[in-house]
Amino acid sequence: MIESPYRHDFPFFYSQKEKLKRAYLDSAATTQKPSSVIEELVHFYTEDNANIYRGIYATSQRATSKFEAVRDQVKTFINASERTEIIFTKGTTQSLNWIVFGYFWDRLHSDDEILISVMEHHSNLVPWQQLAIHTGAKLNYVNLNEDQQLDIDDFKAKLNSRVKVVALTHVSNVLGCLNPVTQITTLAHKFGAKVVIDGAQAIGHLQVDVQEINCDFYAFSGHKAFAPTGVGVLYGKKELLEKMKPLEYGGEMISDVNYQNTSFKDLPLRLEAGTQNISGVIGLGAALDYLNKCKLNEIECYIKKLTKLAFEQLISIPEVIIYGSKNASFHQGIISFNIKGIHPHDVATVLDIKGVEVRAGHHCAQVLMRYLNIPACLRLSLHIYNDETDIQQLIIALHEVLRFFKHGS
Amino acid sequence: MDHDNLSTLYRQAILEAGEDPHNFGDLLRPTVSTELHNPTCGDVIILQLKISDHIIKDIKFKGQGCIISQASASIMTDLIKGKSLDQAKKLRIAFSQMITDDHFIDNDKLKDALIFKGVRKFPQRIKCATLVWNALEKSIQHVEETNG
Repeated sequence: MIESPYRHDFPFFYSQKEKLKRAYLDSAATTQKPSSVIEELVHFYTEDNANIYRGIYATSQRATSKFEAVRDQVKTFINASERTEIIFTKGTTQSLNWIVFGYFWDRLHSDDEILISVMEHHSNLVPWQQLAIHTGAKLNYVNLNEDQQLDIDDFKAKLNSRVKVVALTHVSNVLGCLNPVTQITTLAHKFGAKVVIDGAQAIGHLQVDVQEINCDFYAFSGHKAFAPTGVGVLYGKKELLEKMKPLEYGGEMISDVNYQNTSFKDLPLRLEAGTQNISGVIGLGAALDYLNKCKLNEIECYIKKLTKLAFEQLISIPEVIIYGSKNASFHQGIISFNIKGIHPHDVATVLDIKGVEVRAGHHCAQVLMRYLNIPACLRLSLHIYNDETDIQQLIIALHEVLRFFKHGS
Repeated sequence: MDHDNLSTLYRQAILEAGEDPHNFGDLLRPTVSTELHNPTCGDVIILQLKISDHIIKDIKFKGQGCIISQASASIMTDLIKGKSLDQAKKLRIAFSQMITDDHFIDNDKLKDALIFKGVRKFPQRIKCATLVWNALEKSIQHVEETNG
């Protein structure tokens, strides 16, 4: 029996709202929060709450130093070379939008190309589509190979000197695959293309080293890695961030405002207008502390073990169709699937009644659904607080689904 | 208890209609054709109406969706066939009240569509049941706007 040594850190699982045990299998949507993060938020609002940068008084200084300390923490966590390369945003979506609209918007032309993949989440697809419409550049897609993984040969074939930017997810939120982002970046750079990595599903699961990947931009959200919602990070190489246009102008990003013009602060504050999500950033700091305490390699190892078990149990049901690799170890805690002949929404409703919480739908990846030629699918996603009982509960509930819909209740 | 809960939503008639829906397919030269998407789940429905003298003479639908949405489309199209546009509009409002209002008193005019009453307890599934009715409303709006 696989038991989670981390589950007791998460009060969500002990809140006793209902008698029925809930199997929370939707961490790719958002994670539950460890008590250390929740306590840090309470502590902040109880002891240290003041606006940052502005106050001369002690509380404001304390809040400011806590906030700025998290920037250093993030820098270390993803191994950026400088703290000014870490910009706080409200999440992956905002980070990616700022990259597209703040950096690439005026830099592409009609004969340029944008290369993304068919597995991208809408937040790493729709902004690029808008850029293509705006500039007339061609938006091209890398396909999947036979094992439903990124097709590297197809990527190489579509790479050329017209490609100005390659944008790719680090881990797919549907297929669960880990993309070879370091190799992709090396190849793309040979053609002079910039590389943007969507790290939403990788952060908190894998060791991310932006210098090793050598990508130009990296985006992630806090809430998928135990931090509160509404806080995220935009990493960019310094020389690129220097050229990036702020999409918001206002307080704290200026150095001198005259009647007709303004001079701006240096990085990172130039890109952080207005009062920031101070408690969110401080919560992110606590989440990174927690992740460091658990050790990312152990987290990865635990989730792999549980994923393998879930994968084996799922394929033992003949009606189950799994998307993504046929090899369980290529699923980073995410398995998407369908039950032959039963719509995923109908499945999900029965699962919900049985206390099993999975996602059903297109997972903000409609292009991938079209590519796979399915309207929607179910997705289970695991994190360190899940254990074998959650998987068992899912499998029992799936048998109930089959009994109900296939065999006339 | 679980099972009762499940049977509240998936009544036998819903399961049957969802498996083998009526009025599925295409109309030859429809007066109006409306395509609606359920953006949260990717379901799509195409509703076609043949209207003359303000009467819905024929109606068909196609698309893909869950049992609830397919059954709702089957039962709605059966119910609405032969009705005037005004009657259809009233039925749409009645259906929408039934599915959202806990104090709804059965409206016999909804006939077979009354079996969707149980969907009220499943807020995430209301959109599945109402998708085809929304397509009906849009179709009628379109006809009324183009006619006058």
